[in-house]
Amino acid sequence: MNTAFFSYLANLALALLLAPLLFGVINRVKAKVAGRHGKPLLQTYYDLAKLFRKSEVISPTTGLFFQLAPALQLVAILAALCLLPLGGNASPLAFAGDFLLAAYLLGLGRFAMIVAALETGSSFEGMGASREAAFSALAEPIFFLAISVLTSLHLDLGETHDWAFSLSLLFGGQSAGAWLSGKFELLLLPIVFFLLLLVENSRIPVDDPTTHLELTMIHEVMILDHSGPNLALILYASALKLWFFASLVAGLLVPDLGAMGFLLWIAVIFLVACAIGLVESSMARLRLKRVTTFLGGACAMAALVLIFSQMR
Amino acid sequence: MFLNICLYLLVLSNFLLLGTARVVQMTKYTALQGFLLAILLFHFGHTVLTVAVLLIKGLVLPGLLWRTLKKMPSEALICPHRLVAIDVIAGMAGLAFAIWLDGRLGSDLTHNLFPELFLPLGLTTLFCGLILIIGRVKAITQVIGYLAAENGIFLLGMPLMTQGTTWFELALLLDVFVAVFVMGIAINRISDSFASMDVDHFRSLRD
Repeated sequence: MNTAFFSYLANLALALLLAPLLFGVINRVKAKVAGRHGKPLLQTYYDLAKLFRKSEVISPTTGLFFQLAPALQLVAILAALCLLPLGGNASPLAFAGDFLLAAYLLGLGRFAMIVAALETGSSFEGMGASREAAFSALAEPIFFLAISVLTSLHLDLGETHDWAFSLSLLFGGQSAGAWLSGKFELLLLPIVFFLLLLVENSRIPVDDPTTHLELTMIHEVMILDHSGPNLALILYASALKLWFFASLVAGLLVPDLGAMGFLLWIAVIFLVACAIGLVESSMARLRLKRVTTFLGGACAMAALVLIFSQMR
Repeated sequence: MFLNICLYLLVLSNFLLLGTARVVQMTKYTALQGFLLAILLFHFGHTVLTVAVLLIKGLVLPGLLWRTLKKMPSEALICPHRLVAIDVIAGMAGLAFAIWLDGRLGSDLTHNLFPELFLPLGLTTLFCGLILIIGRVKAITQVIGYLAAENGIFLLGMPLMTQGTTWFELALLLDVFVAVFVMGIAINRISDSFASMDVDHFRSLRD
């Protein structure tokens, strides 16, 4: 118990430490594909250090919540991350139904940012907030559909009801064992979670994280009024959120290998970052109208797996 | 295991066919289906048919479609998006029905005649083809739907083949080839005579 607990803590510390590196990897892959050298891998760390040293400019229109929201978002995402199994170790906080808490913690963080964006009184930020709310509302049912597929799979495999509704089992390596033993339809699920990652983290083809001046942007427009340490908190929270979703993909792809499994697990997370870089280099942003089609595709894939795994 | 991967890829290609609005992309998926069928045939040991299917379904038919596409105006190559969503949902219903039917027919019949997954996936491919024929309004997608439906029938026939039936299957392949050839000519004629390839417009034809 103690060894597992400390191993989990070590993995959590690794996640907190390495999360900003994911942005570095994505940017480096994009730069290499475009034939450039690119920013330093550690650029996000430099940015965070710079932002923490800076003072903050706060609009007189905003209230207290505007200043609290970034911290609230960071705490919510951190709490959600603590519910995930990390590096193949079950979370010490795991309980039946913790996936609901994790989903709604992410929702709470998003809610905080949306309210903060509305508080600035800027119609531009309000527009971004409305889009963020709309797309995440569409993404949430897909997340639950994919989780229900995994839950039903584990109930079929003979897990107890208590355990089969916990993220620690669903993403703990047993799912990878199931597809390795011939349930190939399950390989669609990592793709579904990857598409969800692109939507939830506002990456191309849903939103372009590098632009600040387009009328169609979603996430970046919401944080235009933040600066200094609060912007650093938002940046770090988005890195952790990326780590959260990449861990979901890794949890489905990496089988339960015991103590050494975590190396493969970290490698898969960075491969996911490379995949994001490749997607961003090869695709253009979708028109806003088309994002629903994109989400519909993810939903169809999850439904396909559900039909396959349940009806056979 | 290898057989299962091919079958999963085949059913995935069906849904990709239903889920894309671009006719160029659909032609590529048709070629993919041809290749997958050839691999499955090779697995069952029908070497002559493997080569024939690879050539006809994997190369010649998609090639013919490709040639037709090149002559068509670009706006004819995109289907309306709302139809795509309905088609995918209908395809899902088809898959669910096929799996249900497989369970209802009883294990005696299905397991003696078909290896696991063959009957439901063959039926799904057939349904997806029919959905494409009914659900899309472009003439060219109806040809692609016809090909997908034929692939489904072919998949159902595959485990039942013995050496003697090879010539029969080859004759069927020739039939399909001629049918697509004729459809290709018909589409060219439609495209020459009328401004649009949209079969919905045929409702208001006048002398």
